[in-house]
Amino acid sequence: MAIRSFFLFILFFSSSLSPVFSLYEDQVGLMDWHQQYIGKVKQAVFSSQRAGRKRVVVSTEENVIASLDLRHGEIFWRHLLGADDVIDGIDIGLGKYVITLSSGGSILRSWNLPDGQMVWESSLQGPKLSKSFLLVPTNLKFDKDNVLVVFSNGRLHAISCIDGEVLWKKDFEAESFEVQQVIQPPGSDLIYVVGFAASYQFEMYQINAKNGELLKHESASFSSGFSGEVSLVSTETVVALDSTGSILLTISFQDGKISSQQTPISNLVEDSLGLAVIIPSSVSGIFAIKTDAVTVFIRVIGEGKLEVVEKTTHEIAVSDALSISEDQQAFALIQHASSEIHLTVKLAHDWDGNLLKESVKMDWQRGLVHKVFINNYIRTDRSYGFRVLIVMEDHSLLLLQQGEIVWSREDGLASIIDVTTSELPVERNGVSVAKVEHNLFEWLKGHMLKLKGTLMLASPEDMAAIQSMRLKSSEKSKMTRDHNGFRKLLIVLTRAGKLFALHTGDGRIVWSHLLRSLHKSEACQSPIGLNLYQWQVPHHHAMDENPSVLVVSRCGPSSDTPGVLSFVDTYTGKELSSLSLDHAVVQVIPLPYTDSTEQRLHLLINADKHAHLYPKTSEALSIFKREFLNIYWYSVEDQNGIIKGHALKCKCTGEVADEFCFDTRDLWSVVFPSESEKIVATVTRKLNEVVHTQAKVVADQDVMYKYISRNLLFVATVAPKGSGEIGSVTPEESWLVAYLIDTVTGRILHRVTHHGSQGPVHAVFSENWVVYHYFNLRAHRYEMSVIEIYDQSRADNKDVWKLVLGKHNLTSPISLFSRPEVITKSQSYFFTHSLKAIAVTSTAKGITSKQLLLGTIGDQVLALDKRFLDPRRTVNPTQAEKEEGIIPLTDSLPIIPQSYVTHALRVEGLRGIITVPAKLESTTLVFAHGVDLFFTQLAPSRTYDSLTEDFSYALLLITIVALVAAIFVTWRLSERKELQEKWR
Amino acid sequence: MAAVTPLLLLLLLSSAPSFSSGSRNAYNINGRVKIPQGLGTKGYALPGRMSNVKVLLNGGQNITFLRPDGYFSFHNIPAGTHLIEVSAIGYFFSPVRVDVSARNPGKVQAALTENRKGLSELVLEPLREEQYYEIREPFSIMSLLKSPMGLMVGFMLAVAFLMPKLVENMDPEEMRRAQEEMRSQGVPSLSSLLPGGAMN
Repeated sequence: MAIRSFFLFILFFSSSLSPVFSLYEDQVGLMDWHQQYIGKVKQAVFSSQRAGRKRVVVSTEENVIASLDLRHGEIFWRHLLGADDVIDGIDIGLGKYVITLSSGGSILRSWNLPDGQMVWESSLQGPKLSKSFLLVPTNLKFDKDNVLVVFSNGRLHAISCIDGEVLWKKDFEAESFEVQQVIQPPGSDLIYVVGFAASYQFEMYQINAKNGELLKHESASFSSGFSGEVSLVSTETVVALDSTGSILLTISFQDGKISSQQTPISNLVEDSLGLAVIIPSSVSGIFAIKTDAVTVFIRVIGEGKLEVVEKTTHEIAVSDALSISEDQQAFALIQHASSEIHLTVKLAHDWDGNLLKESVKMDWQRGLVHKVFINNYIRTDRSYGFRVLIVMEDHSLLLLQQGEIVWSREDGLASIIDVTTSELPVERNGVSVAKVEHNLFEWLKGHMLKLKGTLMLASPEDMAAIQSMRLKSSEKSKMTRDHNGFRKLLIVLTRAGKLFALHTGDGRIVWSHLLRSLHKSEACQSPIGLNLYQWQVPHHHAMDENPSVLVVSRCGPSSDTPGVLSFVDTYTGKELSSLSLDHAVVQVIPLPYTDSTEQRLHLLINADKHAHLYPKTSEALSIFKREFLNIYWYSVEDQNGIIKGHALKCKCTGEVADEFCFDTRDLWSVVFPSESEKIVATVTRKLNEVVHTQAKVVADQDVMYKYISRNLLFVATVAPKGSGEIGSVTPEESWLVAYLIDTVTGRILHRVTHHGSQGPVHAVFSENWVVYHYFNLRAHRYEMSVIEIYDQSRADNKDVWKLVLGKHNLTSPISLFSRPEVITKSQSYFFTHSLKAIAVTSTAKGITSKQLLLGTIGDQVLALDKRFLDPRRTVNPTQAEKEEGIIPLTDSLPIIPQSYVTHALRVEGLRGIITVPAKLESTTLVFAHGVDLFFTQLAPSRTYDSLTEDFSYALLLITIVALVAAIFVTWRLSERKELQEKWR
Repeated sequence: MAAVTPLLLLLLLSSAPSFSSGSRNAYNINGRVKIPQGLGTKGYALPGRMSNVKVLLNGGQNITFLRPDGYFSFHNIPAGTHLIEVSAIGYFFSPVRVDVSARNPGKVQAALTENRKGLSELVLEPLREEQYYEIREPFSIMSLLKSPMGLMVGFMLAVAFLMPKLVENMDPEEMRRAQEEMRSQGVPSLSSLLPGGAMN
């Protein structure tokens, strides 16, 4: 009965089917924050509009095109293109249209500069793949219409800037022709297309820009061949490197005649340089070559003569040319010097004279300058001023003007690889009394205001005061741990190799650290960060230690390159130590054991299937030895369709004695037939998930036992034909198979086939259930299925008499060889949207009911109660079942707009959703990341264990006062009455 | 959103064919998103901007945007059955199943997957508006009374004022008996419970 009443108690809080997560509009920003980013800038174009606000239009590696305010760096508008729709080039046409070329040069779009509305879109086809170029000539007119010149897919197009109509096109079908440059000399009606054919022939086409007519075609052979890019040094001269990378070829095609000059690099620079590459630049007359250590700037003088103007060993970045007057071009150059960067702006024809020379202090946490974009403005004294936009190694974007950083954007946060959390320090000093007293008055005043708000008596100013008071409540952004566990640090690792710590209260960056170990070095050519793990989480003993995280990275894209470990203190952001490993890291297994300083033991599996134990201390080793036989793990080879189970064997039998290295053995393997099944998704339970109870009370007082095992793996496979996109297969030749596999024994506990279905599959595993989302081709709708797995072996234990008489099987030995007695229940429902991510809420004790968090294709996060995905739902539930909270079965899952966690916001480019339990059982913290970041608190069964934020204390006070007053009044009345009675 | 008035769907069916064939076996899908102006103008000002509407093919394989008049197109789509979704903050659009036929290009085959309604032309309209926020109920005496504290006060008042009335209506004989019973049981009266009550 106690269980039942407890159930009813829970039901009381969660029974209302109205959305549990719901927000009033004035509560936005109270518990959530939203940050918008764009990613690492690839290309920037400054708007030259005289009137209105100054803007810069950028395209980024996250595939975003955005218009930024040049004064503050805010986003005016922004569009995220599709993942396959990579932006190749952007420019501004007619001063009011942003032109983008994307998808390998096959889609050309025009956007309205002020508001970002798409104006037109053209699809450009061509005979073959090629480089693509977008030119917006300023003086090429066609009946008052500006013309865009686009070279893509082996075809040259002239396109109207106003409506995107193709005016003419010209194919370059020669099989081996590779276009290198498309040039439109200003002031002429000619277009030059230059390129290589068969890797040793230089080809030049001269084309009439008015009608696409081929005027001239010249070619010349160079026996030494070409390598790399070409650099354009004037409108009719290019510079290329020969195939050995040691001779510079200066090729000019003045008046349609090709002439060339060869200059060995060793003639220009005495000491040998090694392999050189040309740095592409558009500055006329000057180009740069770069070797491992040196960057050399070379000027072209006259008839292909070359002259070295500067040689530098500093890291350097050069901007494109900016024409500041009829015949003058300026460009910006940035050099690094210890803690500063030196910015110089030079004229193209005068290397030694600097237009501008500035030094700017630069935080070394931003790394090197990767890109520079220059823009000029006219000062009040009519001289030229320059501002430069720089892109740093950590993907941040900064605007420099007059030797200062005007604004900066942390756009590295647009590409988060992994997220973990860390606690904040404990508050050490007590709060001073004076502060409390001061706050008491404020507190009362605040509550009076709030009361006025609820009684609708507040004036608009009061309302604004209330709102701002709620938003900037200092309580939520304090740097100390709070009682409810709402304040935490989100530690995020970005693609640039930078770690950020974000405060959950307001999303500000507490510290950021560019990992030294992820810096390019001799030993490590292209380091990439992989994962974050909680290395040390001090509590109980070792309270004085700061928590730290482990960053696992490796030196290259392939999985057999050596790994790098770094350990970072989460309070300060200092890198405690870093280890360059001599082995690769294929898999990292955090073990459920910690040593005396609360350092978690981690097992790193390398490419040769050796296991390496970290930390390398004797204490860790002794703990590990104790648990040696209890450690199992699995690996998924999705190319071959094999899942394998592993265990430890013995110490490494190598030539070098390493007591932290262990040999492993294969225990089992599941091989999926490659002709009929292909692995598309594997999911396990979260390691730190807490399950409150194993028993589930169902209607009519019955109990079911959840099969709760940490070693369950959900695998989804699809027919190889159906692994492509929707619409590429018919329902007959596509199927999806879902498996539940025990990862210790390799036993398949459950297998179900969905005929006529295909991926992509998104799945989440929690407690004893798994929910997965896939596409049903027959209905042509998305579907979500749930599988719940229950333990039958303990079903008999419900009988109290058996327990009393000792006839239960609680103490009977559990053997891996016996088949576990499990039953599964499953059900499927239609779901409207495509998904990008799926997660489940997690709370501290696991008592609160669960919600699924669905990241939809519209970049919103929808909270869906798990009770909608209950396999026990029936069309007509009985009274008992209704009491239990079973919802009548419907064929599709409801989408309630109020249960969008992200309310009216979008988490653009959503990639992942992370849930972290707060200390308060009812509440879970949700962090969604993509190009944008979003954070909020969720209470899946409402906050039953604390007062809500909008709880009116004033109303409570008034009630108490009213009650006390009433007591006195009634006392008086009763006294009088008694007196009257006595008189009678 | 140029001059889009709440039009009946039927009126729109007479415009140009919504499918046009491309080269070889790649086709173009052309369509239009219509957000009637009656919607979106009430409530908060956020939705209704056409520039923030995205049209997605096959779960994000291709993404395109709307022109000012609401038209959109997907280029180079192979023949087959496809799914088009519209993402617009503030509106709920049903995904649309679109059949691109290789045999007779130009043939229109589109249906809403939510309610299986066929479309003879690819004009997508929101099924409903989405309200992301709860509406705050205006302050009323009833809501104050319904709150736990209101109920408490109400109950107390009821006890204080209605109970004596009930007692009055009782038969005097019975009343006396009850009072005697009470006295014999020693139930204290309210006044004696309170401080100072004992002074009488």
